[in-house]
Formats: sequence, structure tokens, C-alpha cells
Amino acid sequence: MSSSDPRRPTTPTPRSNAWFGVLAILILIASQVYAIRTSPAERDMGDLQKIMYVHVPAAWMAFLAFFVVFVYSVRYLWSGGERNDLLAASAAEVGAMFTGLTLALGMLWGRPTWGVWWAWDARLTSTLVLFLIFVGYLALRSFVDDPDQRARWSAAVGAIGAINVPIVYMSVRWWSTLHQPPSSPDTLDSAYTFGLRLNAIAMLLVLIYFIRTRYAIARLERETEHAAQAAALGGDGGGTR
Amino acid sequence: MAWRDNWRRVGAIARKDLTTELRAKAGFNSVASLGVTILVLLGLALGPDAAALRNAAVGAVWLATLFSSVLAFNRSYQVELETGALEPLLLYPGPRWTVFAGKLAGNLAFVSLMVAIVVPVGIVLFGVRIVPEWPAILMVLALGVFGVTVLGTFYAAMASRSRAREVLLPLLLFPMLVPVLLAATMATRALLGLDVMNDPSAWIRLLLGFDVIFLVATLLAFEHVIEA
Repeated sequence: MSSSDPRRPTTPTPRSNAWFGVLAILILIASQVYAIRTSPAERDMGDLQKIMYVHVPAAWMAFLAFFVVFVYSVRYLWSGGERNDLLAASAAEVGAMFTGLTLALGMLWGRPTWGVWWAWDARLTSTLVLFLIFVGYLALRSFVDDPDQRARWSAAVGAIGAINVPIVYMSVRWWSTLHQPPSSPDTLDSAYTFGLRLNAIAMLLVLIYFIRTRYAIARLERETEHAAQAAALGGDGGGTR
Repeated sequence: MAWRDNWRRVGAIARKDLTTELRAKAGFNSVASLGVTILVLLGLALGPDAAALRNAAVGAVWLATLFSSVLAFNRSYQVELETGALEPLLLYPGPRWTVFAGKLAGNLAFVSLMVAIVVPVGIVLFGVRIVPEWPAILMVLALGVFGVTVLGTFYAAMASRSRAREVLLPLLLFPMLVPVLLAATMATRALLGLDVMNDPSAWIRLLLGFDVIFLVATLLAFEHVIEA
């Protein structure tokens, strides 16, 4: 049985985290406004290019979140610890959200520029596969009741799923370049880079806020689980588990 | 010495699983029949144009293999879970990875036998022409089946003990198998001459890399997964 873990209480207090969240969202709004107002209209896409300032940072954050899942999953497998498990789970949920956002924004961008909602392009396809891998991770977590077992299993699935990310990307890239050249704009004029970097930082703050908040909730959920377990063990004594 | 003992454990577990399957042939028969049924359905859905069918043959055979092998992986733990035999099995002395390796060997035999039925049926139903490169195609098939079985055996150890195991295993497994599916179908299509722009050797190396990486990763991680 996992005992409650008395090490440093790193759960963010709700108040400080709420302020952090307000700040992160204000910074995101400000950097969006800045980037949209300062960047010139793109030659081919015109103002459609502006969607880049949410789409691209969201994609970066999605990959970053899954890297966080990998790190905390490996840490859990290495040394255990409820904190590692809950942080990995929080990052996975936030990462799945950002991946879904990336896909949705990419489709909104692809329709007017490429003329299709979906193209079997390497990045699109591998992002979709990544999304599905982590949907599986979250499904596993919701289908396992014992917290200990859930932590060990999802750490294994998180680590092994993350190992697969570069392999999936490589295989999909080989596969799609044989059929159609990747058509996403790769080069970026310096007029756009500063706005993009600024928004990436703002999005990073939002990511941190989301993971912290999700972690605080997970912590509370776990405490409820522990309390319920203790009540069940101490309560009627004759339970059949 | 210790290594020889470990290999004997692996062999014993594989033998036990295969004996169980051989004595109750219904399991294998129904899984293999499902593979054939999926092929028939795919043929009906994609046909009857012979050229289109020949073009879709490789993908159809791989999908039928994936869908029916999922059932085999859950089965390999189910028998033990139903009789409460998994915990005694884990109580035997020796490293845990031997349990995984034994299950893997048993599943490899099971899935290979199933593929030995599904592939010839696919060749006949989809009108595939046999080419001189068939030994290379067999190798691609073997590497692909190995990759599928490694991850399938690993994920089934968890999925079969969770609620909703029927849906959880394919949900976890199929996205992970995207590289295997792509590499195996592309290499086979190239070898069959359906895709002349394609170089099969790169795909075969990818399959080989996938198999080695995930064999090592699952052997290392299995200990954390199987603990009661």
C-alpha cells in the first residue's frame, strides 16, 4: 500500500496558482495582439498566416508536455513516488488537450491554404498518432482502480509510448514523402519569428499553469481516495475488497 | 548456469501456454477463422475489381493479422487469470522477465500459425502473384509479427487485468504499431513490385530497429507491470 507521501508539500496553493494563471493568460493575450498587429500580411496566405501564432506554439507545447510525461514516468519507474505519477498524468492530460488543439487549428489553417481539411502529411499524421497514443494512456488510467497498479502501469505505458514518438515520426515521414511532398511552409521570415517566440513563451506559461492546476486537482483526488480507503478499512472491517 | 536456468524457465512457460492452446483448439480455430472472415469482408468492401484488390492485398492481410492477433494476446493471460494461476506463477523463483519471454514465445508460435493460415488465404482471395523475392517477403512478415507480438504481449499483461480489456488492448496497441504497419506494408508492396519508387531495405531496417528497441524496453519494463 502506498502511504501518503510526507515530503515537501509542492502542491501550489490555490491562490498563488490562480494569480499565476491570470498572469499567464494576460501575457498570452498581449503577445497575440502584439504578433497579430506587428506582422505584415503574408504574400500568399495574407492574414491567414496569423493562425500560426496559436497553432505552432500549441504544437510545441504538446510535444513538450509529452516529454514531461516521459521524464516523470521514467522517474516513477526508477524510484516510485506519488508525485511523479500525478505529474506525469497531469502532463499527459494537458498534452492531449494541446495536441487536440494543434490538430483542430491545423485543420482550420489547412482548409483555406491547402484546400483540404486533412492531408496525410508527415507532421499532421504523426501528431494524430501521438494523440491516439496518449488517448490510450488516459484510457488506461481511467480503467484501473488500484492507485498503485495504475501508477506503475501508466508509467510503463507513458515511457514506452514516448520512446515511440520519434519512430512514428520517422516512419510516417518516409511513408508520406513517397506519395506527396510535405507542403507546410518551413522557412520563416524574420518579421514573424519574434512574434512566434513571444507567443511560445506565453503558451509555455499557460502550459505550466494548466499542469500545476491539474496536479493540484489530482492531489486532492488522491487524498480523497486515501481517505475513502482508510474509511473502508477502518469502517466495517468485513469488506470483501 | 543462471542463464541456462532462465532459458529453461522461458521454455517451460511457452510450452505450458502452447499445451493449453493445443488441448483446447477452439481458441486457435476461432481466432484464425476471424482473420479469414476479416479478409473476406475487406475483399467484399474493396472489390470486386481485381486490380484494386491486388493493390489492397498487403494492407488487408496486415489489418486482418492485427485485428485477430489482439484476441490472441488477451487470451494468453485470460486462462491464468480465470483460474487464479498468475500469482503462483509469479511466486516461482527466477527473474520476472522470463515470464514475459515465455509468454512472448508462446504468442509468437500462436500468431505465426495464424499468419500461416491468413496469408495464403489472402494471396488466393486477393489474387496476389508470387514473386521470386518471396523469401524477403517472408522475412518482412516475420519481423512484423515479432514487433506486433512483443508489444501485444506487453500491453495485454495490463489490459487483460483491467476493466474493459476488450477495448483497452487495441486502443493502447494499435497506435503504437503504426511504424510496424507502415514498414511491413511498404516493404512488402515494394518487394511485390506494386510500388516501384520504393526501397524495401530502409523499411526492413526500420522494422528491425523497432523490434530490437521494444524488445529491450518491454523486457525492462515488464517487472513493473506484472507485480501483483
